[in-house]
Amino acid sequence: MRPIQLLSARHRAGRWHWTDIAAYAYLALGVVLMFAPVVWLVLSSFKTQASLLEFPPKLLPLSQQEVRVQGFPQPLPLFAATLDNGERRELAQVRRIGLIAQMVDPADPKQQYRVPTARLVAVRHLSFATSNYTEPLQKFAFTRYLWNSVFVTVIATLITLLINSMAAYALSIYEFRGKTIAMLIVIGTLMIPITIILVPVYLVVTKLGLVNSLWAVILPGAATPTGVFLLRQYMLTLPRDLIEAARMDKASEWQIYWRIVMPLAAPALAVLAIFSVMWRWNEFLWPLAVLTRTESFTLQIGLNAFQGELQTQWNYLLAMTVVSLIPVALVFVFLQRFIATGIANTGMK
Amino acid sequence: MSDLSGSTELQGAPAASLLSVLRRAGGATLDAGLDTVSRLIDIPMRLLQRLIGERRMAYVFLLPNLAFFSLFVFVPLVINLVFSFTGGESLFPSQRPYVGTDQYAYLFDCGSYFDPASCRVDHFWRGVANTLRFTVFQLVSMVTFSLVTALILNMRIRGRGFFRAVYFFPVLLSPVVVALVWKWILQRDGLLNAGLTMIGGQKILFFVDPTWAMFWSVFVSVWAHMGFYTLILLAGLQAIPSELYEAAEMDATPRWRVLWRITLPLLWPNLIVVIVLALIRGVQTFDEVFVLTGGGPGTATLMIVQYIYETAFASQVQNFGLAAAASVVLGVVLFLLTLAQLTLTRRRGAS
Amino acid sequence: MAGLTLKSVRKAFGTVAVIHGIDLAIADGEFIVFVGPSGCGKSTLLRIIAGLEDVSSGEIAIDALDVTRLPASDRGLAMVFQSYALYPHMTVYQNMAFALENMGLARAEIDARVRRAATMLRLTDYLARKPKALSGGQRQRVAIGRAIVRDPKIFLFDEPLSNLDAELRVATRKELAALHAEIGGTMIYVTHDQVEAMTMADRIVVLRGGRIEQVGTPLELYNRPDNLFVAGFIGSPRMNLLPAQVVSPGLARIGEAGQPVKVATGSLAAGASATVGVRPEHIALAEGPADLALSIDLVEQLGGETYFYASAPGLPQITVRQNGQVPRERGEALCVRFEPAHLHLFDAEGHAVRPGG
Repeated sequence: MRPIQLLSARHRAGRWHWTDIAAYAYLALGVVLMFAPVVWLVLSSFKTQASLLEFPPKLLPLSQQEVRVQGFPQPLPLFAATLDNGERRELAQVRRIGLIAQMVDPADPKQQYRVPTARLVAVRHLSFATSNYTEPLQKFAFTRYLWNSVFVTVIATLITLLINSMAAYALSIYEFRGKTIAMLIVIGTLMIPITIILVPVYLVVTKLGLVNSLWAVILPGAATPTGVFLLRQYMLTLPRDLIEAARMDKASEWQIYWRIVMPLAAPALAVLAIFSVMWRWNEFLWPLAVLTRTESFTLQIGLNAFQGELQTQWNYLLAMTVVSLIPVALVFVFLQRFIATGIANTGMK
Repeated sequence: MSDLSGSTELQGAPAASLLSVLRRAGGATLDAGLDTVSRLIDIPMRLLQRLIGERRMAYVFLLPNLAFFSLFVFVPLVINLVFSFTGGESLFPSQRPYVGTDQYAYLFDCGSYFDPASCRVDHFWRGVANTLRFTVFQLVSMVTFSLVTALILNMRIRGRGFFRAVYFFPVLLSPVVVALVWKWILQRDGLLNAGLTMIGGQKILFFVDPTWAMFWSVFVSVWAHMGFYTLILLAGLQAIPSELYEAAEMDATPRWRVLWRITLPLLWPNLIVVIVLALIRGVQTFDEVFVLTGGGPGTATLMIVQYIYETAFASQVQNFGLAAAASVVLGVVLFLLTLAQLTLTRRRGAS
Repeated sequence: MAGLTLKSVRKAFGTVAVIHGIDLAIADGEFIVFVGPSGCGKSTLLRIIAGLEDVSSGEIAIDALDVTRLPASDRGLAMVFQSYALYPHMTVYQNMAFALENMGLARAEIDARVRRAATMLRLTDYLARKPKALSGGQRQRVAIGRAIVRDPKIFLFDEPLSNLDAELRVATRKELAALHAEIGGTMIYVTHDQVEAMTMADRIVVLRGGRIEQVGTPLELYNRPDNLFVAGFIGSPRMNLLPAQVVSPGLARIGEAGQPVKVATGSLAAGASATVGVRPEHIALAEGPADLALSIDLVEQLGGETYFYASAPGLPQITVRQNGQVPRERGEALCVRFEPAHLHLFDAEGHAVRPGG
């Protein structure tokens, strides 16, 4: 066969073409590139502040092993010492005087050694500095930030689900005068992101007396056009007969909405809920603008403020960043399927 | 047909049964609670329905959403315009003097529009220049990588669901997390510099060099958002019937020609949507870049939205009027882009 | 134009075997039809020949050249897909020219070939249109045109008429037959409709469950089916297959209470179970002595012919066809006579019993 034919040969199941190898290589690289930064984040978050300053950084969180030696009240750091006679031993360090360290054999505390510090290598073991996680929650306001984020996310999602579904219900089930105008309004809102109305929304929020309260974050974004479209699209596929039968059964419109349409729309509501949770948990610009008192900071704003300080305490920052990742990770593992379908549908609109 | 499986639910049997008991118990209480609430709401609702009739109940359902839209979107849009025609320092329009188009004149007062330093409001124009440069680079890289990834995922790959999830993972992360993750890697003593020194290079201070800062801003943005567009393009690719590829095979079409004459032309509508969407988002870039570089070094990565934010909220003197004027300019650009997006999707939907 | 040979071709998807050892030789210029019920593997076999599926084992040769390992693009074959698979974003002209561009032909040559095929298929007025602006029948002709312009060694058709309505199907059938007469290429045609097979084929390959049941000309299959399946599959309406028992050499009794009829029993022993096959059109109404007495369940008067559906105790319903309009009522008795030459006998395994064994 001519070389050209070889190059353009069709790839067959079972037969490996060079494009297959290239494809898998690209995908493998992608896995590394997408996951490695977060893995590095998690590993680093368990390192002590001291080991974070090391260069080059070690892969795993290591800290020096300590050992209890009989006759000494405090645990002593363990080193691998090269003795005068060339022998290597693991010894516990009692104290350092200048460039000489006084060492003791943990197995035989009577034996004392004097070893130059240059010949000492710290014995390290895998250890997770969980204090990185607990201290910010106690010493700094991160518990408060966490709570604020949870509050905003849950309340905002509930409100969004309620009012968006009501609007979607109206736009899908009913024919009424002004329906086209209402649809246009919803579409129009799509064209107006928060970035271009920062100042006036701030004014509205101030006039409502909500500045620095979490409601300032919750309310402006509660009505989302994409949410209305998503739900409406789904509700349009529901059989009309159910609703008409319910009307014959003397159900009020509210009851039809609440007890028939809403349960049936559960899959779409679930997708919207996931979107809303993700968006609200990650929201940044608007909370940044409207929350100026640290007590009302959400987690994202708190993280950003924490890193702005002069001496960034990376060990705490990294740990809190990992904490803020947890809901995302959960969604990713368990609910990834819904997001994929949701995106593929709305993204096409 | 597309393969949309990919998540695994890992629950041990005993844990699952406990969870389901809890879920049922919780669900039952929730149901009871919701039921009572709905019954309470139903009383005034029935009354209302009797007053205005069944058809007009639609307005009642529509009202909360429209109220929010009006109060938090449309009214502000108008106020924004008003603000841009006023001066002064107060937040409240009643205390702001009317200045006509002065804010705009101030904003557009430039020796040359291509040289931000020659402008009165040099930060704004620097923001424009940066955003432009950023958006172009980000758009090109993002579309390229998303397309390549989608094409590869469309091949007969085992574990496609897994790989698709992998690329989509960063999309779920908050911009703060994204920025901090990479900031940590790009530190002077961070992972990347460790790698560089290991292969014998020098440490690079990425955030001190304007070109590197811009590069990494683009890189981080592509890293964080690529998965979203890959998903859209992949859906588009999978909508192309496989019989067309078989027909092309029977026609002895070389691979590059299948891509160029069949796949890409049929993917073009999706590609256009992706490009416009990415443009709209790119022009509004703020979150990741702000946390990553703070707009620096200096103003090397200052974007338009950051300028607006800082002018209105983070400066010593909050200049609401100027920020509003800048917002209006940005708004016009976005309006044109969104209009383009809607016409394109409508045409595609109609065909 | 070329001949095709299949040797011991087997195909399995995972652990499921769908094609079990097919041997077939197709001559240059033949119109071969693969026919069989759905799931018999005819489409799979076609795709294997095309190169769109690999064989699990066996050989395929085109004009004595082994193509088993060759990819589809290198086999020089053209295929008309069931759904036509026209490139939706290209015009009719571009659709037909596409493959020729791949072959690297000169513009002039491409243009000439496309226009010639368009004229042959009456598509000249539609060359600038896109597929979505064409009717089903026109799209099908474009699909055929796309195959013709390539002047391939063998044409492959995968149920091309199944998406057309009945009337169009008949018209297109005749066109395809005329096409074959005009360009004379080797054509392999897959269908589930035995009428299409009978009217269009030079030879028919009847497939069932991934195996060849019989290969032969349409009339061979009609007159001398090798087994029960082919007997029942070919011919419309279906051949009557009646349980029978060999009485003595040359005589068999149909059902329990019929007169023994003369039929070639070959080497079957007396008392052996068998099946007697007789086509509805080969059953005559008895004036005098009858072979079988039936009671009419249903009469269908079509004007040019009459169909009786009648039964006798112990026998499945028998279809009888008569020319013209024969006046009979439901419930009436129907006495029928069989012509020994038109009776088929099948042994207990379903194989045809031929005179002489």
